[in-house]
Amino acid sequence: MRDVVVIGAGMTKFGELWDKSIKDIFVEASLKAIEDSGVDHLDSIYVGAMSSGLFVGQEHLGAILADYLGMNPVPATRVESACASGGAAFRQAYLEVASGASEIVLAGGVEKMNDGADVTEVLATAADQEYEVYQGITFPGLYAMIAKAHMHQYGTTREQLAAVAVKNHRNGSKNKNAQFGFEVTAEQVMKSTMVSDPLRLLDCSPVTDGGAAVIVASMDVAKKLNKNLVRVIASAQASDTIALHSRESLTTLNSVVKSAEKAYRMAGIKPMDLNLCEVHDCFTIAEIVVSEDLGFFEKGKGGEAVLNGLTSIESGKIPINTSGGLKSKGHPVGATGIAQIIELYEQLNGKAGSRQVKNARIGMAQNMGGSGASSVIHILEVK
Amino acid sequence: MITARYHREIPQRYRLEAGKCKKCGFIAFPLRLVCPKCKTKDFETLRLSDEGKILTFTIVRVASDKFSKQTPFAVGIVELKDGVKLTTQIADVDVDKLEIGQKVKIVFRKIQEDGKAGILCYGYKAVLV
Repeated sequence: MRDVVVIGAGMTKFGELWDKSIKDIFVEASLKAIEDSGVDHLDSIYVGAMSSGLFVGQEHLGAILADYLGMNPVPATRVESACASGGAAFRQAYLEVASGASEIVLAGGVEKMNDGADVTEVLATAADQEYEVYQGITFPGLYAMIAKAHMHQYGTTREQLAAVAVKNHRNGSKNKNAQFGFEVTAEQVMKSTMVSDPLRLLDCSPVTDGGAAVIVASMDVAKKLNKNLVRVIASAQASDTIALHSRESLTTLNSVVKSAEKAYRMAGIKPMDLNLCEVHDCFTIAEIVVSEDLGFFEKGKGGEAVLNGLTSIESGKIPINTSGGLKSKGHPVGATGIAQIIELYEQLNGKAGSRQVKNARIGMAQNMGGSGASSVIHILEVK
Repeated sequence: MITARYHREIPQRYRLEAGKCKKCGFIAFPLRLVCPKCKTKDFETLRLSDEGKILTFTIVRVASDKFSKQTPFAVGIVELKDGVKLTTQIADVDVDKLEIGQKVKIVFRKIQEDGKAGILCYGYKAVLV
């Protein structure tokens, strides 16, 4: 396997983009990434999208987006793993360059969630239709059941859940592309509308339109273009039962544990060697559980850690979701995994502005599908 | 819901039928073709216990359009006596008084309606005992 380098990135603003179509959004992000990288052609395109068919009635995204990007006849394929679609698309691009089959590949992600579909119903297709959704459960409901179990088993508190939202909104307020780039207080979180006990509105990531794209290339291409060498030092993915009820534990996400084990082994590092981490905080409880399953904190101590500031940008321990995370930046489901990579790319290039982590050298992106049935992890390092 | 899709699920939803792996004893609910534990493809039919306890739950206050008229309703993960876990609504209960660990019994109920002229879909729910 060859070295693979990220050489360019671009994204749209995340939010309610009523005047833009799914094609407009993808093309805008991709053009920015291509321009940022300085490449004059692409060998292939992967696009992560969770449910363009149900959200906007459009499938065959690979070809349609390549067409509107003016890239015919470059091969273009849509990759789907629910909310981990972006991470999975990046992994395909990585594998294609690492294998030697291509030199320059665009990995993008896009979702248009605000064009009128029943978003709750569409998102629920990432769970078991016949044995979970049939009973009326929603995605906030599934994570609420994880939260309830975590609180029962480890004493995780309502205040600890709120602390995730407070931190991520604080980080997101420094991100011009964030959908909800404003700060919130713990009190506001704990008084917001109840969605699915114990999760309230401000525990949940929003419904978002948005696109993100990166250009990955071989080391030869990166050196020719005189790029900072932001290298992909690990790419790992794991799966688990699709139904939450089929798992041995309701408070540990085994796909995260397994993908992390592989990623740390491949990169030859330990959790505490990371300078920052973007995790899949679709709900506040998800960030707490994932921060434990990635090995940053002892099982059951993730809530305490965030409340004590151990995951803030200034902490020096392990800054988590410096971009604002899904919670504040927004969660256009198929684009999220790529947007996480972009945050690492900016941080490792020292271009994250007022949310810059000092001396950031190694970063991780953890992207999750469903209630944890898929987890994709990438680790990037700058030389 | 497509009628054929619903009919296929009747043994599981009406009679709680599961598949028990003849080699390692893993109980698959719903039925599967391959045992996820030992990869054997040989199962026998097993009718699950209708008694269990609540492992975790939530109260859905914002639902998908199909369930929006039912809110608030409780959904939990229930572990049956034979160790099988399933996601089910918890019915006939003051949702604010539910607790983890409470004992439940599985009952036969209407779950959803498929539009005005569609089929009525039945299945299991849990009630406190």
